[in-house]
This record gives sequence, structure tokens and C-alpha cells, in this order.
Amino acid sequence: MTTPSGKLRKVIPITPADPSKDGAAASFYEAQKKVYPRSISGVFARWRWILVFLTQLVFYGLPWLEWGQRQSVLFDLDAKRFYLFGLVLYPQDFIYLTGLLIISALALFLFTAVAGRLWCGFSCPQTVYTEIFMWIEHKVEGDRSARMRLDNGGWTFEKIRKKSLKQFLWIAVSLWTGFTFVGYFVPIRQLAGELLAFQGSWQIFWVFFYGFATYGNAGFLREQVCKYMCPYARFQSAMFDKDTLVVSYDPVRGEPRAPRNKSIDHKAQGLGDCIDCSLCVQVCPTGIDIRHGLQYDCIGCGLCVDACNTVMDKMKYPRGLIRYTTQNGVAQGWTSRQMLRRVLRPRVLIYSTVLLGISVAMVFSLMARTPLKVDVVRDRAALSRIVAGGRLENVYRLQIMNATEAPQRYRISAQGLDGIEVASESEIEIEPAQSRWVAVRLQIPYGAAPAGSHTVHFDIESLGEKRAHVQEKAVFLVPR
Amino acid sequence: MSDFTSNFWSIYVTALTLLGIFGCLLLLWITARKKVESTADNTTGHVWDGDLMEMNNPMPRWWMWLFVITSVFGLGYLAVYPGLGNYGGKLGWTQLGQYDSEVNKANKELEPMYARFASMKPEDMAGDAQAMAIGERLFMNNCAQCHGSDARGSKGFPNLSDGDWLHGGTPDKIHETITKGRVGVMPPMAAAVGSPEDVRNLAQYVLSLSGSPHDSLRASLGKEKFGACAACHGMDGKGNQALGAPNLTDDIWLHGWGENAIIAMINNGKTNEMPAQEGKLTDAQINVLTAYVWGLSNKPGAAR
Repeated sequence: MTTPSGKLRKVIPITPADPSKDGAAASFYEAQKKVYPRSISGVFARWRWILVFLTQLVFYGLPWLEWGQRQSVLFDLDAKRFYLFGLVLYPQDFIYLTGLLIISALALFLFTAVAGRLWCGFSCPQTVYTEIFMWIEHKVEGDRSARMRLDNGGWTFEKIRKKSLKQFLWIAVSLWTGFTFVGYFVPIRQLAGELLAFQGSWQIFWVFFYGFATYGNAGFLREQVCKYMCPYARFQSAMFDKDTLVVSYDPVRGEPRAPRNKSIDHKAQGLGDCIDCSLCVQVCPTGIDIRHGLQYDCIGCGLCVDACNTVMDKMKYPRGLIRYTTQNGVAQGWTSRQMLRRVLRPRVLIYSTVLLGISVAMVFSLMARTPLKVDVVRDRAALSRIVAGGRLENVYRLQIMNATEAPQRYRISAQGLDGIEVASESEIEIEPAQSRWVAVRLQIPYGAAPAGSHTVHFDIESLGEKRAHVQEKAVFLVPR
Repeated sequence: MSDFTSNFWSIYVTALTLLGIFGCLLLLWITARKKVESTADNTTGHVWDGDLMEMNNPMPRWWMWLFVITSVFGLGYLAVYPGLGNYGGKLGWTQLGQYDSEVNKANKELEPMYARFASMKPEDMAGDAQAMAIGERLFMNNCAQCHGSDARGSKGFPNLSDGDWLHGGTPDKIHETITKGRVGVMPPMAAAVGSPEDVRNLAQYVLSLSGSPHDSLRASLGKEKFGACAACHGMDGKGNQALGAPNLTDDIWLHGWGENAIIAMINNGKTNEMPAQEGKLTDAQINVLTAYVWGLSNKPGAAR
């Protein structure tokens, strides 16, 4: 198309909606369609359960582990001390949290680029708790069809019994989860005692708050969280490429789909391998149809693979109509060896290199960390003063932080000017994991330095077995 | 709430806020009533570039209700808390009130701790680690600005740790100093002393009192002029704590050492003030602070 000026202009033709194709008029806002996933067993289902056990063993178990006289993992927000087994971290060590977050993000990128949404399908708390809650639901109310019947039926005694039992179990798990979560911030044994005695209103609040979050997310919101709330679900597609392993339906093999008798030769009739049994849809925890292709609602759990494989086995067809494969793999019929060869592609190598680099740097910096922190603040009142003997004196406040779990003695000295010396107490003792402000006076002989400001250094070293040494810069002022 | 110079702004803010909330609700209501034609393949039917289609995925309805709940919460909040221009809210909440109530709450919580110190003598309190930790913090927040964080003062601000006291170093006197404050006045004395030469001689004599380096000839000439000073500093120059007159014989120079500093003091005089802390600190806090300051230059009672 040309404009009056004669230039080519690109126009996107818009085809108006065809009213003849239409279904019913729909609202802008859709009521949540409840998903009733059918339970299934298979390789992926088993891996999902292994990860449920692993993650929950760590989550529920860790706060109960003791390390010496204290809880092994405790984030004491009140005292601003963060205990990780043998390590005590302070707010000043916040950089390590940044490092940890970067490592987590890069690991997410790497795993996603190689094998799709592994995090979503197997270890995300939303997935794991939904799975636990669904398991309870399945045990109490029965499988998919039984649950649908129960929900559609009237309120019989049986329905009330089942529903209340389910709710009771859900609430119990939720509260225990909330309790465990708070147990990472308040010593869990102490918390248990306090809760039994109904003490500590804030702790009770947080236990109920996280309990309620678990109950609501795993019991009701479920796939809605992944579809509408989770940012990772949306941006993980940016890490996908055609060599990323994803759960895929093989349309070349499957179409045209149709139900058929097991005994007929479907190929002769022009049918694909898909018998349109819809089991893959029934087992899906987010309620999607994987045969529509890769979609953002797919959390990559692989349950449809398990479902389809059982059907293929029954039909005596080869497995893998729905399989864990790459887009290139499906399109070009690659074997797993051929796909594996494509794993080492630039984005994977870059993610791995950066991840490895940052992890190594983090471990090194944690190992080389000095368990002593010093902050020097000049006294706010006196710039400089002349004291007996005509010496010049400057006053500083040193915050000395003992980051070990044993009492320590420290020696304070100073360098940088002729004849500079510490006039106040030069050795101080600090309790384990405590910090102290000490006023330190530095003196120089009168005339040892010209008027103006001079850089000096404080040296603080511990006198214990493990020598820690910190040097801090300060300014010494000489009056005119 | 009288933050606005004109009532216009109050109305402006109120109108904008309410219009915003009701506008959102109106938009929500209109879109909720509207129906869209849906197609069998769940697309809007629009096609771009030949094959690019737009899926027709509606918002979940719970999202709409969350929006409604948020708006209702917002209106409720604006009804009870300040937010709509000059309107103060039904609860009458203010920042100042919040601050006062938090301070009162903290003071109430601290009461039992201070109660333990109420019956203690300052001499004993100075040996109590907890009292001294509190005292140090009080000192850092209220006294260190002038006296220094090590309490050794600086020019014009007395050293509190050297056992030399302008107004007396007993716990009672320290308590009085903190509570009521002090004003130290050195009047200009040049006229009473005489010529500038006399003043210089007098300064040399004052230096000699503490055994500081001085010109002994000038000092002996200055001695007879010291009568003008003796009214406050005493004939022997040892000062008078009742008047706050410093001891001139101890080689401690609050306002500077040397002939020039002394001459300036005689000629110009000086008024130095320690502000009263009464009303700023509670009685209990002043008691602890007294013990802390006393303990800076004395051995605490617990050590006896």
C-alpha cells in the first residue's frame, strides 16, 4: 500500500471476529473452574513424591536440629543474628543474602534453559503443598470422579463427614507449616512451649498468618497462583529455546486423534496414535490440554506423560506420544542422544559459568570472612584538644563486633603519625556475638604533625587462638 | 491538620482520591456487565500478520472481587484515618499522638527497671553494670554532644572524668547540676585590673599559681593585682565551688592554656551555660545519669 507521498507503509490487516463461529457471549471475568486432577502413578509422579519428601523433610526437620547450645538454623530478627550451623551472620553480612539470591536466580535460569520448568513442577512450595493437600483430598474424598460426584451431590451426612475430615486435616497441616515457618525466626522449642501456654500474641498471629497462606494457596488457589500471580511462571518462557526439554505432545504421531477399538489397525484407517481418552487432561494439576502445545499454564510436572504412557501400554502402542523432549526433538524426530548433544549451547554454558563463578566466590568469601567487625566514628563533640603535657588528643568511638561464639579480647592500636598512641584502655573484652561501643583517645606529641587533617589507621586484633585482624581508616585533626 | 495554606488543596486532594476510587469501581462495574462474543477456538478472531491470533482469556473473577475488597478497604481506611485533605479521620490518629503513646509505653515498660535503682545510692549504682550501661546510653544521647563521648570535654566544655569540679562533685551537686543546669559568669575585669601591662602581669601570675612556665618577674608584679580576682577565686586562687569559680592552681584550663588565653579571659570575661535537663529527662533517668557521671571520676561503691 502506498501513502500519498508514495512511500511504502506497512498495514496490519485486522480480520474482524466472525460471528458465525461464535459460542455463547462470555464475561470479561471468569469464574474459577475447579480442577479435579485424577491421581496417576509413573516415573514423574514418583519423582514428584521423592521431592515432596526431600523438601519437607528439610523444611519441617531443620528447625529441630541443635548446634551446640542453640538451634542450628535460626534467623533471630530481634537480635539481628542469623545462625546457619557453625556460621553467625550479622546485618552487615547482608551481601551474602544477595549472593544467595543471585545464585538461586542463575540456578533457576540454568535448569529452565536445560530442562524447562523443573522448579515449578517439582520443588516449588506452591506445587509441593498443593500435592500434599490433593493427596489428603484423594484419601478422604476419593479420586477425580468420586470428588466430582460428591461436589455435585446434595449435602448428605456422608458429604459433611468427608468435607469436615478433609478440612480438619488441611488445617492441621497448615498450622504445623505455619508453626514450622515461624520456628525459623523464633527458637522452635521455645515457640512450642509458648504456643501451648498461649503466650506471644505476635508469634500466634504469624503462625496463623502463614498457616492461612498455606491453607488458601494449597487448598483453594492452587493453579490460579501459577496462572495469575506468579511472575516466574511468565518469565521462565524467556529462558526457553527450541532445545529446552519440555513436556510435549507429538502431533505428527498422534493426529488425527479419535477413539477406536483396540483390535483395529488404526494406521490403515488413517488414524494417529492419540485415542482421545482425555486422561492427559484429567491428570493435569492446572487443568490444561497439553495437546494444544507449549503453554504458560504448563508447570512441567510430567503427569500427562505418565498418564499417556499407561494408555499407550494398554493399547500396545509405543510409549512417548506425550514425552519429555525438545521442540527440535519433536520436529526432527531426534533421539535422546541427539538432543543431549545440544545441551552444551551458548546460553547453558554462560549460565553455568556465571553460576559457578559466583558460587565459588561466595564460598571463598565466606571462608575468608573475618569474625570481627569494626566501625570508627569520630567523636561528635571535640574536634581536637590539648591535654596535660601539651599533647594533642582526638576522640573516636569504635564499634567493635565480636562475630564469634566465644568471648574475645581485642587489642587496639593506631598508626599513621609520628608518636601516635592509644591513650585510653587498649585492650577490651567482648562477649560472644555481641558488639560494644568504646571511646578511644589517640594522642600525638604537640608539633608532631602540621595543622590539618591526617589519615591514620586503627588496628584491631583479637588475642585469642584464632587471630582476627581488622584495619580501619580514620582522620586525626590537628588544630591551627 | 492544618497543613494547607488554603482550603482549596484539601478539597482538591479529597476529590481526586474519591474520584479515583469510585472511578475504578465504575470501570469494574461496566466491564463486569459487558459481554464479549467468544469463538469456538477461544480466540478473539483477530488475526495479525496472517497467523498471529489473540487468545481470549478472561480475568479470574476472584481478581475482580479482590479489587472490590481493596476499594472498600480503602474507603474504610479513609473514613477512620487521616487521608482526605483536612479530614482527620474518625479515630483521631496523629503522628504526634502515636509518638507520645509509644514513648509513654516505653517509659512504662522501663519503670520496673528504674524502680530497682530508685532505692540505690548513686555510689552503689555506679558499681551496677546494668545501671552503668543505661547511664552510658543516656550520656551518649544527652551529654556527649558537649562533653564528648569519653566525657573528657573540650575547650569550654568541662572534663567530667578528672575529679576537678566547678560546682562540686558530690552526687547531690552533680544531680543539682544536671537537673537545674548551671551558668558560670566571669565578668570582664580589665578595668578593675588596670593597664594592658597590668593584665599581662596578672596573667603571668595566674600561670605561676599552677606551676606552669611563666615569667617570674611579671608574675611578682601581677600578684598585687590578683586582689580583683580573689573575691571569687579566693586569695590562694583555689576557686570557690559555691560560685562556680574555677581553681586556678591545678593546671586544668577549661578555656585555653597560655598567656593569651588568660589575657582574653580577663579582658572579655565569659558566660558559660550548662542547660537544665529537668523536664527533658525523667527523675529516674537523672538519678542514673548522676551515678554514671559520679562514677567517671570515683571508685564505685560496689568495689568497697
